[in-house]
Amino acid sequence: MASVLDPRLHTDTEIASQWRLMWWSFRRHTLAMVGLVIVLLLYLIGIFAEFVAPFDPQSASAKHVYHPPQMIHFIDSTDDGWRIKPWVQAYTLERDKFTLQTTFKPDEGKRIYLSFFGKGTPYKLLGLIPAERRLLVPDEPNERFFLFGADRLGRDMLSRTVFGTRVSMSIGLVGVTLSLLLGVLLGGISGYYGGAVDMVIQRVVEFVLSLPTIPIWLALTASLPASWPPLTRYFAITLILSLVGWTELARVVRGRFLALRSEDFVVAARLDGCSEKRVIFRHMLPSLMSHVIASVTLAIPVMILAETSLSFLGLGLLPPTISWGVLLKEAQNIRSIAQAPWLFVPGAFVLVAVLALNFLGDGLRDAADPYAQERG
Amino acid sequence: MLLTYIIKRILWTIPFLFAVSIVAFALIQAPPGDYLTTFAATLAQSGDMVDQERLEALRTRYGLDQPFIVQYWKWISGVLVGDFGISFEWQQPVSNLIWERMALSLCLAVSTLLFTWAVAFPIGIYSAVRKYSIGDYLITTLGFLGLAMPNFLLALVLMYIGVVYFGADVGGLFSPEYQTAPWSWPKFVDLLKHIWIPVVILGTSSSAALIRIMRANLLDELNKPYVTTARAKGLSEFRLLLKYPVRLALNPFVSTIGWAFPQLISGAVITAFVLSLPTAGPLLLQALLAQDMYLAGAFILLLCTLTVVGMLVSDILLALLDPRIRYR
Amino acid sequence: MERIATADPGQVVLEVKGLVAEFPTRHGPFRAVDGVSFDLRAGETLCVVGESGSGKSVTARSILQIVDTPGRIVAGEVLLHRHRTARGTGAEETIDLARLEPRGKAIRAIRGRDIAMIFQEPMSSLSPVHTIGNQIAEVIRLHETVSKKEARARSIELLRQVEIPRPESAVDRYTFEFSGGMRQRAMIAMSLACNPSVLIADEPTTALDVTTQAEILDLIKRLQESHGMAVMLITHDMGVVAETADSIVVMRHGKLVERGSVEDIFYAPQHDYTKMLLQAVLDLDRPSERRLARRAVQAIGGPVVEIRGLVKEFDLRHGFMRRKGHVLKALDDIDLTLHEGENLGVVGESGSGKTTLGRCLLRVHDPSRGEMLYRASGGAVADVATASGNGLERIRRDIRMIFQDPFASLNPRMNVAQIIGEPLLVNGVASGAALRSRVAQLLDVVGLPAAAMERYPHAFSGGQRQRIGIARAIALEPRVIVADEATSALDVSLRTQVLDLLLELQERLGLSFIFISHDISVIRYFCDRVAVMFRGKVVEIGETEEVCTNPQHGYTKALLSAVPHPDPRHRGMLGRHRYEAGA
Repeated sequence: MASVLDPRLHTDTEIASQWRLMWWSFRRHTLAMVGLVIVLLLYLIGIFAEFVAPFDPQSASAKHVYHPPQMIHFIDSTDDGWRIKPWVQAYTLERDKFTLQTTFKPDEGKRIYLSFFGKGTPYKLLGLIPAERRLLVPDEPNERFFLFGADRLGRDMLSRTVFGTRVSMSIGLVGVTLSLLLGVLLGGISGYYGGAVDMVIQRVVEFVLSLPTIPIWLALTASLPASWPPLTRYFAITLILSLVGWTELARVVRGRFLALRSEDFVVAARLDGCSEKRVIFRHMLPSLMSHVIASVTLAIPVMILAETSLSFLGLGLLPPTISWGVLLKEAQNIRSIAQAPWLFVPGAFVLVAVLALNFLGDGLRDAADPYAQERG
Repeated sequence: MLLTYIIKRILWTIPFLFAVSIVAFALIQAPPGDYLTTFAATLAQSGDMVDQERLEALRTRYGLDQPFIVQYWKWISGVLVGDFGISFEWQQPVSNLIWERMALSLCLAVSTLLFTWAVAFPIGIYSAVRKYSIGDYLITTLGFLGLAMPNFLLALVLMYIGVVYFGADVGGLFSPEYQTAPWSWPKFVDLLKHIWIPVVILGTSSSAALIRIMRANLLDELNKPYVTTARAKGLSEFRLLLKYPVRLALNPFVSTIGWAFPQLISGAVITAFVLSLPTAGPLLLQALLAQDMYLAGAFILLLCTLTVVGMLVSDILLALLDPRIRYR
Repeated sequence: MERIATADPGQVVLEVKGLVAEFPTRHGPFRAVDGVSFDLRAGETLCVVGESGSGKSVTARSILQIVDTPGRIVAGEVLLHRHRTARGTGAEETIDLARLEPRGKAIRAIRGRDIAMIFQEPMSSLSPVHTIGNQIAEVIRLHETVSKKEARARSIELLRQVEIPRPESAVDRYTFEFSGGMRQRAMIAMSLACNPSVLIADEPTTALDVTTQAEILDLIKRLQESHGMAVMLITHDMGVVAETADSIVVMRHGKLVERGSVEDIFYAPQHDYTKMLLQAVLDLDRPSERRLARRAVQAIGGPVVEIRGLVKEFDLRHGFMRRKGHVLKALDDIDLTLHEGENLGVVGESGSGKTTLGRCLLRVHDPSRGEMLYRASGGAVADVATASGNGLERIRRDIRMIFQDPFASLNPRMNVAQIIGEPLLVNGVASGAALRSRVAQLLDVVGLPAAAMERYPHAFSGGQRQRIGIARAIALEPRVIVADEATSALDVSLRTQVLDLLLELQERLGLSFIFISHDISVIRYFCDRVAVMFRGKVVEIGETEEVCTNPQHGYTKALLSAVPHPDPRHRGMLGRHRYEAGA
């Protein structure tokens, strides 16, 4: 017995709290770490969309309709030698004399030079803080460049995708927050009171789960007046998405709550004289939290996919709001994607975001109960 | 025991169906104004004479001037005898429009489910038994991709590939010559030639999900003491695997009918729209956009009914498969 | 059964030589079994005994090469002398099982036919979705060419042999329809299906009640005699060893500590570990001297808790109009009195209501009827059954609980200081620095260093955790402690330590205990009086020694006679008393 408490054998694990143990077990999960980095990056892009985007996402340019993507180069080698300076090859618009079809041809002689953190068109960061520095701008204020190409109105796809990231990623977060509020509230009530209340809530959950979500979402969003301002519509759509999303969370919360309620250490806390409030918040919630966080992370991609699908069908967010789904609506037409395959770029973002969130969520779920292995 | 369970489970479905019908009706009632106003507006727009008497007749027929509950009663009592009201956009009874599309939707959903099982069952077992092998990693990676890829995006990409590289349109369920033709054997063969594309597209994500579930469950079961018991009897690894752990891991498989069916029907709506399939989805979307409410309501009601019935079937199959459920 | 094995008794049929089994881990291979050798003789029982983690189970599984992955045999021989069994052809035929391919045909032909195995947890060791008959017939058809019908007939015959009532209908039932004892019988029937010459039983009775355990051991013994099998019985219970063994292997940390005949091990143990194991069991088989000495100095006082006519019903009705299920009477008119400074034992098997009794006294459950009068130190009497609010809080400060499972009863997300400090904090006894010094003092009392405060429960062993639980229980200076199976989850060598700690605390703090246990030896060691519970009723109550030596009630007699005695010269199970409840 003394050997276990031998001071020389003390490892960090013995005094590690729940969160540290979870972090240690999470850290071992390489994919989850990759997911974490990507998710953080996407949210940073979303927050600083104005800074990251080189141009105003709404500014159209007839000259640049379906401008192809340009490759960014970092080393500028001219006859005088070379230097480190980002640039892209300029393109010129050519019109076929007979068919009158327009094509973009690289203009070998012309390079568009770019600068990091240069001054671009002024903007307000998050609509509040006025600024004019941007991540990457052309040295000539009148030049434009298109790393992800341009759409049918000549708008920069990179800037649009960046702003789409803000809306799509935030809709996941806001929607999940709403779901969580509903889910924790109803799941908690269900698990705590049990009996008839539990019965009713469980039946409702079962019922909602048995409905095909998309037709219901479609019908709900179709009944939203098209005249609503973008922000109202944004919240209405989020609310509709979370109306369905709460069920899964409610089930998780209820299941955990019921399991925990009969755990010996919770009974012990009650016998220690803890009030009902303290039992729940001090003794049960910490065990619940990690599982809820994992479930929430896994619910975000579902929300993102749902929003993308709805907007893609033209029943979710509507232009001028920009989201990945709204952008992909442009790719609905087979002729436009055949001509401009770069319209798929927002799709790649959806894919990456959903994958990253899934990896992250899986890692969190595995790490959620760092005590699980040793009990068996 | 089993019979009692099945009868009880079927009885349980009735309140669910009732709730479904209320939800469907509430949804078609949600937009502001009643549909006759929209109807009159459409007629006026197209220059037709608005027949006030006819409007009045319709108003009384559907009880549009009456409270929700009366309107619901009129609607549902019609539905029960097969009268879903009329579609003002198509100017004909809803029941003329929906059945063939619903049949194709059902056909698509069932084929997809079968495809999902055929893919997920062997792959899931392989992935669990050969845990952490190269094949397992490959499958896991593909599975993640399948889960993350929205159906419609996959459909778009396939269409792009079809058009750009093969010069073929992958949309639709029938070749042009069969589109309006009456049902015949060649038409059915033609359907089979086309249906696999939406089936693969729709089946990808549910297969991916099912493989993951199968793998996780089987991994759980593989460590159970009864596997050791079976091994101690002298069973070969293969027979043992199929008779015990796979048999127990089958439960979530069967319950897929319950959860995957709603998802398949959901996903089919969008995919069908992208691929312009003659199924329920695109017409539902069109009806919703045009606020053609009785048509939309009929589709929503029928799609929801399908999923509720799917749940019922899956529960009954589960009870057949697992004695613990029917004895509870 | 026509082909009963008739090997010459005493012949060595299975020889294990220098067996080594390893599990690869992140810190290199872990040797679960390290150079173990022993023999199994026809018609004899070899007991492999050891505490948890001694490698006894892995040894058993290595014989058939069914060690859970990634474990594997690295060295040693497992020789099956087939020619010495009934199955032998007469020619010299010795097979080294350790050399056979683990998934190959050769070893599969041996599994279930020459060597059969039964496991600890019959519920999870049998498939829940196949009928019992299906699982038994499978073994028969696997090793012999017989028709389905014949296999079924033989399955029924086997079920009859293991004394399962109405075998014709039992054959079509599922495991969850059986009780624990019946499941283990079915398991045994399955193992006997092909008349094996060796039966390996891995803790076959650990999950069972003591009376059921006696019946199962009895059954194995009789079947062994009629079939002439060699039995290898793995157990942690020295009592079971004494009752059943012909020879014994003692294991610790994967190594063989000592082996010999049952007399040698019990009456002339050589190794210190064996002596310690035996001593721990023997210590528990008599009243604690410390307790007796104390009672001589300080007599037991007046009543502290008086339970009168206590009834607890659980409503198990469900379904439409609650027509299914029934009302379970977990406690049926209980009368008990606990005196000051007394240790009152409550003994009973699973489902007897003993745990419910403890939980009612703390109002974890609300009793349905009856009263539980608690006399506070000032002399004021309060009824626990109806107390609420402040009154209940005050009672809960005076009556505390120690839980059975030291893993489940400590919140893994709180450190020791927080766990022990919680009752002090919420009752406003101490906070801040005063709280810390009080916790340190409590840790000292239960024999843990103050440095333990910052650690989380996962840093402690089972015995240490139980000490933390005890420190929490005594933090509020209670007068009564309800200990619910407080030592059941611990290895036998730790039990006396914890019991002695409780006795020491009793002297220091003037505690009274209600000590709930299924283990009569622990009760005998610790308790002054004992109440025997059976199906929610107290069937007998009296001085512990009196009840143990001269039981009055039929159930008490059955219970006591079923307890295996750690003395091979007094095997009592065959002549034991059986009690059929009149229900």
